[in-house]
Amino acid sequence: MTASSTLGKDLTGLEHMTPEQIRLILDTAEPFKEVSERPIKKVPALRGKTIVNLFFEASTRTRISFEFAEKRLSADTVNVAASGSSVSKGETLVDTARNLEAMRIDMVVIRHGSSGAAEFLGNRIASNVINAGDGKHEHPTQALLDLLTIRDKHGKIEGLKVCLVGDVLHSRVARSNIWGLSKLGAEVGVCGPWTLLPRGIEDLGVKVFGRIEEAIEWADVLNVLRLQLERMEKGFIPSLREYYRVFGVTPERLERAPRDITIMHPGPMNRGVEIDSRVADGPHSVILDQVTNGVAVRMAVLYLLAGGRAELADAAKRGGGSE
Amino acid sequence: MTRPILLKGGRVIDPSRDLDEAADVLIQDGKIAGVGRGLSAPDGADVRNVQGKIVVPGLVDLHVHLREPGNEDEETVASGARAAAAGGFTAICAMPNTDPVTDNQAAVGFIVRQSGRAGGARVHPIGAVSIGQKGERLAEFGEMVSAGAVAVSDDGKPVVSSHLMRTALEYARTFNIPVADHCEDPTLASGGVMHEGLVSTRLGLKGIPSAAEEIMVARDVLLAELTGGHVHLCHMSARGSVAIIREAKERGIRVTAEVTPHHLTLTDHACEEYDTHAKMNPPLREAADVAALRGALKDGVIDCIASDHAPHAYDEKEAAFDDAPFGVVGSRRRSGSRTPSSWRPASSRCPS
Repeated sequence: MTASSTLGKDLTGLEHMTPEQIRLILDTAEPFKEVSERPIKKVPALRGKTIVNLFFEASTRTRISFEFAEKRLSADTVNVAASGSSVSKGETLVDTARNLEAMRIDMVVIRHGSSGAAEFLGNRIASNVINAGDGKHEHPTQALLDLLTIRDKHGKIEGLKVCLVGDVLHSRVARSNIWGLSKLGAEVGVCGPWTLLPRGIEDLGVKVFGRIEEAIEWADVLNVLRLQLERMEKGFIPSLREYYRVFGVTPERLERAPRDITIMHPGPMNRGVEIDSRVADGPHSVILDQVTNGVAVRMAVLYLLAGGRAELADAAKRGGGSE
Repeated sequence: MTRPILLKGGRVIDPSRDLDEAADVLIQDGKIAGVGRGLSAPDGADVRNVQGKIVVPGLVDLHVHLREPGNEDEETVASGARAAAAGGFTAICAMPNTDPVTDNQAAVGFIVRQSGRAGGARVHPIGAVSIGQKGERLAEFGEMVSAGAVAVSDDGKPVVSSHLMRTALEYARTFNIPVADHCEDPTLASGGVMHEGLVSTRLGLKGIPSAAEEIMVARDVLLAELTGGHVHLCHMSARGSVAIIREAKERGIRVTAEVTPHHLTLTDHACEEYDTHAKMNPPLREAADVAALRGALKDGVIDCIASDHAPHAYDEKEAAFDDAPFGVVGSRRRSGSRTPSSWRPASSRCPS
């Protein structure tokens, strides 16, 4: 069995993946978690593979997480940080793709400001393409690490009520989470000011909450999205202060919840805007577990796309190859 | 002397004579010499059996973008005129968003002269409403009309200022030309790349709500009523616009409207998989919009089909959806597009 029959060539989003494929990635991530706990954090699974991390948008966490995942699998990696879009630099995305192809690389991890950029690249090069965030479309590895973290904490995903809070309109994390959670049987809610909720969102099968109090009343898990400061500059909300007052996730609000609510955040956080520090640092926060799981999930994705077999992940971890 | 041509057995449609029947058409010396059943072929005639085909008078396309002057790599007056002729058009109206803008007598005259040299379909220039299409000062309508302009428009952009639109509609009355408007509220449409709806939400692309068009349609209709001018509404895409135009026509306001073949046949689902060829402005909307537009065309609420032919170099569309230009090629495809046989070729009836 090869990668093409399990995950396909690329990982561009969760919308078109099957529940089995998503579970395969989560299950494959499990044995890779342990690698990062070792004194020598390296296995030879991707030895000889070359990977380009192509980041057209600034990123610290996701880029470093991918880079650790690649290095811990022994791949050779190159980071390309292109500030702004390739178009503004004068080279088109398709030319960038052709140049990468000409250098015979094995995989590309791409982050780009335009929705669809990862799919665009994947359709034009033979290498595996992994979407590390494309515009407002998807950020699949973030949703996968969120799923793994929820599963670790609750022992299951099916039947849980998970609410995405905040700027759903501009969030690729929200879209990938909606697909992933729905496919694994969770109930999904979204909550935020109506200016930051996209048209037609309820047709994706999610519950919509106009007030944070209602979402807290309903949810088992809150995934609090980052509120980008430019949303205020563009006039989607009048002020950060008011946003915190109306939509901030605070201990006072959580105290009224009928159950303990698991708190997640994809980072980076704006403390005191979308989330109160006492919540972010509190006992029900799994925000740092998300970061830890990010490396394991990305190792699993890289390993599976490179042709690794799930049942060999344990063996690979102990020193076997990916073939 | 060319050989006479006899077209036998086609479905002959000529709205100007209310004709729609199977008939023969005889062409002699480049002119229609007879239409009727069982016409006999003159000596040496080129007889062609066109059974199952539609025979129509030369079509008029009210809305094309030729890229000359400025972007001759994408289209020239000559290539546009040839593409139009290949699609069955004998006349096309060229929008003024060239570089520089066709906003004066000399620029209009240039297009007329290029058309004369090119052959193919005749090209009728449309002059700009405002100098440089900047939406500030009226261009010289009179001078442009004397050079051959048949209408004015800032198409590609809306006339944002209601005051300027009012003035243009009033002033255009002197020359008996329509003011053609690209109906789009720029503050609502800003940054949008496709129709705002479920598909744009799924794709994570910024949407353009139907209201961006409908607001301007309503404004233009009210200004046409106020001024007595003739407003022509370009490339209608939304069902709400249809309702406003229907009501305006019932009230006797001088409004005409056009729709493109793509807005009559495609929906926003064409943007799936980020197909940049489906990126156009106004955007492809929903099935209910397509149904309303088809109904409006049948009822005469929308007066004509126009292509909004807007060619781009092939590699410009080879980009991420956000980065690709708006626009789609229309002229050459028009006669071959999926046009239901119940539709009448309304282009030639349009009052512009």
